[in-house]
Amino acid sequence: MTQLQELARTLLSEAAVGVVIGWEEGPRGARPAFVTDPARADRLIFDRRCTANLATYLSPRRTHLAPLGKAAVVVKGCDARAVAGLIRETQIRREDVVLIGVRCGGVLADPASTAPLTADTVADRCPGCQAREPGLADHVVGDLPPAPPGEATRDALIARLDASSPSERWAFWMREFSRCVRCNACREVCPMCFCERCVADKTQPQWLESSPHPRGNLAWHLTRALHQAGRCADCGECARACPAGIPLGLLNRKIAQIVAERFDYRTGDDPSVPAPIGTYSLSDRQEFIL
Amino acid sequence: MPTPAERTLAFEPRMSAFVCNWCTYTGADLAGTSRLQMAPNVRIIRLPCTGRIDPLFVIKAFERGADGVIVSGCHPADCHYTSGNYHARRRFAVFKELVEFVGVAPERLTFSWVSASEGQKWRDVVNDATARVRRLGPFDAYRALAGRRG
Repeated sequence: MTQLQELARTLLSEAAVGVVIGWEEGPRGARPAFVTDPARADRLIFDRRCTANLATYLSPRRTHLAPLGKAAVVVKGCDARAVAGLIRETQIRREDVVLIGVRCGGVLADPASTAPLTADTVADRCPGCQAREPGLADHVVGDLPPAPPGEATRDALIARLDASSPSERWAFWMREFSRCVRCNACREVCPMCFCERCVADKTQPQWLESSPHPRGNLAWHLTRALHQAGRCADCGECARACPAGIPLGLLNRKIAQIVAERFDYRTGDDPSVPAPIGTYSLSDRQEFIL
Repeated sequence: MPTPAERTLAFEPRMSAFVCNWCTYTGADLAGTSRLQMAPNVRIIRLPCTGRIDPLFVIKAFERGADGVIVSGCHPADCHYTSGNYHARRRFAVFKELVEFVGVAPERLTFSWVSASEGQKWRDVVNDATARVRRLGPFDAYRALAGRRG
């Protein structure tokens, strides 16, 4: 039995928690698991295929999980940032969740793959990761694996886009957004999309056109990105869930850059640091305001 | 069919201005009662506070055919509700950089602080913003999105 399975079994048999949310072996790689029986704690695994961010199951929108009782969630460092975000924005209370941190050496972009972890197969957020050891956790299990392979490429891509002309950027994004089918998978999978009623679902008035159409798609993706300001934990789930392969991670990354540069805020795993949107500073830069 | 040159000449920008009730709207009112001459292209939408201006309003304005948008409110420390403009400042700082990242020309969006006594500043903001959008031409790229199927 691994340290993770041992800990899950103890937590369940001592009734410290009602459910342990982790990953298990599935028909298509690792998948989320909800273990309520201590005898079944041996299903839990953690390896390079555990890409999914389980913090999304803590969102108060997931009311069907509440009857299972207090949850323990297995979190990687990036997932812990999402949990911190939920606590920061008063969606959950710290004492209502047990966090089992796992030390992480990077995950596969595709959890259904059986490939080894290489620069080509690793999720694009992993190279250069600063959160391989979860900071926000009640228990941390496992040994620290080697650092993820590969180089961080997203910032270079954003810099290239920034250096191109507005019409080139427009053409790039309209091409990407035109593939959007408005399935809302990016929203549903996101731990930080916790609004009880999303503005995209409102019909009176209808702020966002809901059919897959370039104009509505642009409005949706701008709104989604904007609402991620200071929230996005950079877990990469939106881009992974996207059936159209839209590079949502790039937009999130750009937003994170803006927030870091303007408000000196980086999404971390300390819930006591206030969110940058919803607070303000008298000395915020206003060079863009006449 | 008018040639592109003729079209640019005939082009009158459609501008939407989202302004706060307490400062900029009153400032615009002062500009009017002072009989200041300014570009007639701007349609003003009055809101309680810049803090009430959701960036979705700006997106909606572009969707409905605006060529340029102005957002204006009370100077820092002047907000009727103490802090609405500070919140707006953060929100629109992010919004502005985001829309530029997807390729909207920065000239299409104008942000300003105009107090109730600054009728002349309002005139300048309106004239300058309209002139900038006039130079850019109509926002055909956004309008074209409406006609295309995804």
